[in-house]
Amino acid sequence: MPTWKPDPSFYPSPRMAMKAAPETLAYVAAFDPDRKTPDALAVVDVDPNSTNYSQIIGSTAMPNVGDELHHFGWNACSSCLCPNAPHAHVERRYLVVPGLRSSRIHILDTKPDPRNPKIVKVVEPEEVADKAGYSRPHTVHCGPEGIYVAALGNREGKGPGGIFLMDHETFDVRGQWEMDRGPQHFAYDAWWHLGHDTLVTSEWGTPDTFENGLIPEVLLGAKYGRRLHFWDLHKRKHLQTIDFGDKYQLVFELRPAHDPTKAYGFVNCVISLENLSSSIWTWYKDGDKWAVKKVIEIPAEPASGDDLPPLLKGFKAVPPLVTDIDLSMDDKFLYVACWGTGDLHQYDVSDPFNPKLTGKVRIGGIVSRATHPGAKNGKLSGGPQMVEISRDGRRVYFTNSLYGAIDPQFYPDGIEGWMVKLDADANGGIAFDPKFFVEWPAPHRPHQVRLEGGDCSSDSYCYP
Amino acid sequence: MTDTWSWLTFAGLGAFHGLNPAMGWLFAVALGLHRQSRTVVMVSLVPIALGHATSVATVAGLLVLAGAFIPHNLVRVGAGAALLAWAAYHWHFRHRHRVRFGMQVGLWGLAAWSFLMAAAHGAGLMLWPVLMGTCLDSGTAGAGFASPLTSAFTGVGIHTLAMMTTTAAIAVVVHEWLGVAVLRSAWLNFDLLWVAALVTTGVLLVGNVF
Repeated sequence: MPTWKPDPSFYPSPRMAMKAAPETLAYVAAFDPDRKTPDALAVVDVDPNSTNYSQIIGSTAMPNVGDELHHFGWNACSSCLCPNAPHAHVERRYLVVPGLRSSRIHILDTKPDPRNPKIVKVVEPEEVADKAGYSRPHTVHCGPEGIYVAALGNREGKGPGGIFLMDHETFDVRGQWEMDRGPQHFAYDAWWHLGHDTLVTSEWGTPDTFENGLIPEVLLGAKYGRRLHFWDLHKRKHLQTIDFGDKYQLVFELRPAHDPTKAYGFVNCVISLENLSSSIWTWYKDGDKWAVKKVIEIPAEPASGDDLPPLLKGFKAVPPLVTDIDLSMDDKFLYVACWGTGDLHQYDVSDPFNPKLTGKVRIGGIVSRATHPGAKNGKLSGGPQMVEISRDGRRVYFTNSLYGAIDPQFYPDGIEGWMVKLDADANGGIAFDPKFFVEWPAPHRPHQVRLEGGDCSSDSYCYP
Repeated sequence: MTDTWSWLTFAGLGAFHGLNPAMGWLFAVALGLHRQSRTVVMVSLVPIALGHATSVATVAGLLVLAGAFIPHNLVRVGAGAALLAWAAYHWHFRHRHRVRFGMQVGLWGLAAWSFLMAAAHGAGLMLWPVLMGTCLDSGTAGAGFASPLTSAFTGVGIHTLAMMTTTAAIAVVVHEWLGVAVLRSAWLNFDLLWVAALVTTGVLLVGNVF
């Protein structure tokens, strides 16, 4: 039913969104790496006053097996208040949950019972392929023309990958987003600067080069993605490519400033072929063009070959493998997940070109296997991976699995899933909440976290 | 319908269109906030009004043209049917439009945006009942263009003036005093009101009330 007032979870500006009430629920995508039981969308109680705090209180099983739930998003968010394309009375209600491996997209209704989302529609991979020509749906963002889904492959599972649009009320696949893709071939993440009419995309590789794990020859040959692409958001036209150079591989998560007047953002590069380091780059507007600058480099840590998986033995070092980053709503703190070493870093990025390390915790890690005060098992597997920040910036949640086929390449003894939470000081500094350790029930592993009402990677804004 | 009532209706519908955040005041406010300039808010109103007026005038012109060649009863029923069809279209597809202009829009782009928004919302169509009364009074086809065209453009002028005044007033109040936080509580569902207005005018026309 139509509503008279805008959805209460829509905020005109990021400053206003920071004042939202704390979330009480977190939605977490969980998948079975053996593809024997259906994947599920789990609901975790994150209300510290609840008796079920830090427990999984609901779980919606998918209708098939082997989907590999990964990233997901809301049907609508604060961008619905934008003046050029206003849809203020759409509800933030449905979670759009793709299977990265199956290319099947599940629509879950969170409204009748937020603790027990119900599947109301399933878009089969054939519909995505027939109407948009894509497969392997990854990032989901609510935006000016509906739901934008970044897909890693074309319908044959090769390149080019790209973006397609879905209707934010009927969930019909509306077709390919690009009108002129220029030289873009690889796809991964996509997001935008609404204030600058610019969409940005990043690169992983085509599905045939990652669905059975990373291929060492492709990686060492610098054949995975290493570029950023800048697009005209409304003309849907490719404008500019920035190549990071053949030392750098896997340019992943895009975190543009939330303030729509600011023309900069952060992206992580997973690995340098030169020294196994990870790096964070700031992209920014430089006159009429976009430019990038490397602002953080996190080095690999020396290690004994005996402690390393076969892939890394020869290197005698643990790469940090920064595979996710997230930016707080006020654009002040950047969180950096080092899935290899087990670190999670917090940087003050008030000056986006001079980040300062303000906090650090360690949990899991290929060599360190660091523990958590709430964990029963002393040696944790996996490491900090998908990070999500509450709108007020005071709570940070993360999980430990990267991708079914890649997990065993770096953690050959297997990954036991967990989800943890950090408390963040408003002036910088992070610490584990000792009461929050979710031991994930096997055989599933957790991946992306979305918070009730929105979080720091769900919404975009048109007003400063 | 007397002239006074007609002119008041043109003005009232102008105010109604101006009130709708999708018709421009919100865009003017946003541009002012982005460019940190009160002047930008005021200057933006000109292309917004121009685009709206062009859109409405085009539709009014079509009516006058139709009135010159087609029996007025047929025009009336056709216009009513068009309004009802537009209401149904708007109800189903209101969120499906291509978004062609964003926050970097220039003045011409803003005029084009305003033109397209008014056209897509059927803003001009909504004036047809009152235009029927003022322009096609003589009841027969072939009464000529001159007098209907003058009345139509006077009506469109009054409408645009009222629309622009309302747009300016709200834009200034929101930009200077209320702030965009007010959107969260005060943004009524204009899509519903709009569909109701389209249906009402359509029914009035078909039912030959004016």
